[in-house]
Formats: sequence, C-alpha cells, structure tokens
Amino acid sequence: MNRALKEHTKELVKQNETGKGISEMAQRGKGNAKIKVKDLNLFYGEKQALFGVSLDINEKEVTALIGPSGCGKSTFLRTLNRMNDLIDSVKITGDIIINDENIYTSSDVIKLRTKVGMVFQKPNLFPMSIYDNVAYGPRGQGIKNKKELDKIVEESLRGAAIWDEVKDRLKTSALGLSGGQQQRVCIARAIAMKPDVILMDEPTSALDPISTLKVEELITQMKEDFTIVIVTHNMQQAARISDKTAFFLNGEVVEYDETDNIFSTPKDQRTEDYVTGRFG
Amino acid sequence: MVIRENFENSLQELKKKISDMGELSIQALENAFIALKTQDVEIALSVIEEDTEVDDLDDEINQFAVWLISKEQPVARDLREIIGALKISSEIERVADFAVNISKATIKIGKSKSLLELTHLEKMKDVSVQMLQKALQSFLEANIVMAKEVSDLEDQVDEYNSETYKTLTNYLREHPEDMDQLLQLIFINRHLERAADHITNIAESTAYLIKGKIYDFNS
Repeated sequence: MNRALKEHTKELVKQNETGKGISEMAQRGKGNAKIKVKDLNLFYGEKQALFGVSLDINEKEVTALIGPSGCGKSTFLRTLNRMNDLIDSVKITGDIIINDENIYTSSDVIKLRTKVGMVFQKPNLFPMSIYDNVAYGPRGQGIKNKKELDKIVEESLRGAAIWDEVKDRLKTSALGLSGGQQQRVCIARAIAMKPDVILMDEPTSALDPISTLKVEELITQMKEDFTIVIVTHNMQQAARISDKTAFFLNGEVVEYDETDNIFSTPKDQRTEDYVTGRFG
Repeated sequence: MVIRENFENSLQELKKKISDMGELSIQALENAFIALKTQDVEIALSVIEEDTEVDDLDDEINQFAVWLISKEQPVARDLREIIGALKISSEIERVADFAVNISKATIKIGKSKSLLELTHLEKMKDVSVQMLQKALQSFLEANIVMAKEVSDLEDQVDEYNSETYKTLTNYLREHPEDMDQLLQLIFINRHLERAADHITNIAESTAYLIKGKIYDFNS
C-alpha cells in the first residue's frame, strides 16, 4: 500500500473515531415533509408522556415508530389526528403541522380525521355488511348516489388488496371474515375517506403470519398514494416496510433516521441495545 | 436474567471457533517454514494433511453462522459480527491454503542446497504471523486501532516481497542451474504476499463490524 493510500486510511480511521465518517443522521424533512412536529410535549394530568418531540414525516413514505411498551409511541401517533382530545386530562404543547395547517389551532377535528385516517391493533368493523362498512364514511359525508358509492367501495377494497376475496359477498356481514381479511377491510374503510395520511397502531399484532405478510405487502403498495405512520413492536416488520424509523424511549425520540441505518448502524447505544433485543 | 443470554453465548462460541481456526493457520505457517528451513518433507506433508482441520472448521463456522442468522434474526452490530465471522473464516482458510502451497514447494525443492538465506522469506513469514495474531486479537477484542496496525505491517511484507523478487530473479540470471529451486522460492514469495493481503482483509472486516463502515486497507 503506498504512502498516499496509507494517509487516506489514517484519515478514514480518524474521521470514524470522531463520528464524521459514519453517514450523517437523515436530515429531518430531507424529502417533502407532510407532517411537521415541533417541540411536542404531552401530559396526562401531572404526568408527562412526551418530551419535546420534533420530527418531520415525509409524504408518501412509511415511517415506523418503535420502542418498548410505555415509551410514548402510540401516544405520539394519536396526537397526529387529535385522538388524545377524547381524554379529559390531556394537555398538549408544541406544534403539529399537516398540509401547512397547525392541527391544534384549527378547530375542524372532523375534517382532520377525514384527512388523517387510522387503523387499530384489532380489526374494529361495524356489525354490518362489508359494503356498508366501507361506505359508512362516504355516506356520512353526504354521498348518497349508489353508483358513486359502488365505485368508492370497489376502489377502496381494491386499494386494500381484498376486492377479489370479498367481491361476491359484499352484502354479507363483515364480521364473518377472517381476522386478516377484517383488518384489510378496516384499511379499505380508511382509504374510502380519501385521506392523505393513514396512521396504523400495531395493525398486524393480532394477525397470523400469512395475513401479516399480506398487510405488510399492502402497506408497501399504499405508500404510492398515502403517507403512512405505523407503530409496531415487530422490528423485522419495521425493517421490511418502512423508509424511516423513529426510536422512542421514555417519551423522547432517541434516534430518527433512515430505516437502513437504524437497523444496520444505529448511532445511539440505546437504539442498538433495543433493536438487537438487549432490552425492552 | 440477561436478555438474549443464549444468543450472547452463541456469538462467543462463534468467536472461539474463529480464534481456534486462526491458531491452526498460524501453526500451519510456522510448520511450513520449519519444513522449508530444515528441508523436512515429513513436516511438509503433515502441514498438507492437517489443512483438512482448518477446512472443517470453516464449514462448521459457515453452518453455525447461517443457523444463527435464521434463528436469531440479528440486526445492527450482531449481524455485522456474524457476517464478519463468515468473511474472516474464509480469509483464514485461504491463509492456511498458502501454508499448504509453501509445503508443496518445499517438497519440490527436496534436498537440493538451500538458497533460502538469499531471501527475506522468513521475515515475511514472521511479519505475516504477527499480522494474523493482531488481526485475530482485533476481532476478538473489537479493537479498531489494532486492525489499522495490521495494514501498516502489510507494507513491510510488500517491501520484503519486492526485494526478494529482485534478488531471486537476478540470482537466476547468474545461476540458471538453480532454476527449479529459485522458481519455488519465487512462488513462496508470492504465496506470502497473498497471505498478507488476506490477513489485511480480516482487519478490514473487523473494522467494518466495529464501525459499520467499509474500509479498504488493501488497495
């Protein structure tokens, strides 16, 4: 090895020792930020659950929130469509800007939840037909025309990769479907409102492995049209489907970076310990 | 209870196998040189026979690593350690192959009057063994500074290699009657230079698993 190369190698070692050689943490908002969260604090009564959370969530990407139980990731997810408003003792400071609008200064929560849909851990379909479940939201918005509703229902079920499995039994009870199918109908019901953002709170934790993979595949396809934020306890799932990952611990974001970096070369020892299963 | 204690134990076991394999390769290089210096064909043959132990350990490490990856689904540093062990194992296996090649050359030289003192081959072997010891220690202790020192030592091997090549080719012009032995010594010179390259690769893999960044010490 010649002298110039030797010097270059020395420089590389030096850079790495100072941390410069390692790829920089993904610039927040490097892409087109759909959601901008600035210095968000949340209190349940006296107890603070989120501490100064600031991060930008890019449009048409999947952002995964990971962390041990009680770290604040689901609480954070629920702040994105003001679900925490339903709890009396909750107090929130800081800003959440979606589509250039601060959602906590705007009073139109209905409009917000139309644009920011949510899918929960367990399928929560209404005890009515598959068709009526998907058409429920659009009907609530005043769409009565049958042809128009038929179109929305079909498009939404296709978008949730479940159309072929249910097209012949749209009028039968949605509760007769398997858990995996019900969860995809829940996703169709969210899509029917034509949201910009879909929040998912552990959407596959109650599903069998095959249904889980189908939903994961669906999420990957859906990011062409939607911005998706997903809370998951399954780290392999976060690694498979997300573009960026935020690691929460004790109400703070410890590390927020490209998913590749979080699972290959995390910068914070606490992230390393969590993703490698050393705690949590 | 320590979380992932079994996995930690498996990683230690993997490291132990790499360490054992490295020790066998060092022994193979040393024995190959004893055979070359003493022109002892029996020792040379034993180096060739004992290479199967290194090959078996390489297979064992490969299988163990694949099993660990499928069972534990490692990420981050854990994954880099296992992938590092896979790569390092194959580099050590190559180093042991060069010890075999040196032994084969020794057998071909036979009992003809040794011209070894013309060369830096023994010094190259000594530095190579030192490099391998350092590379193994840097892997076992996750020591990046030591990994870098391995690449510095490689420069010495390269210098000895050039000088030995010049000496042997000049000598060949003047003593064509010694061509058979001189050719074998030139081959050994090449084997040792290659062995040092592979040992440097071990240091690079170690640097990667420590820092998560790719280094090119070899160039």
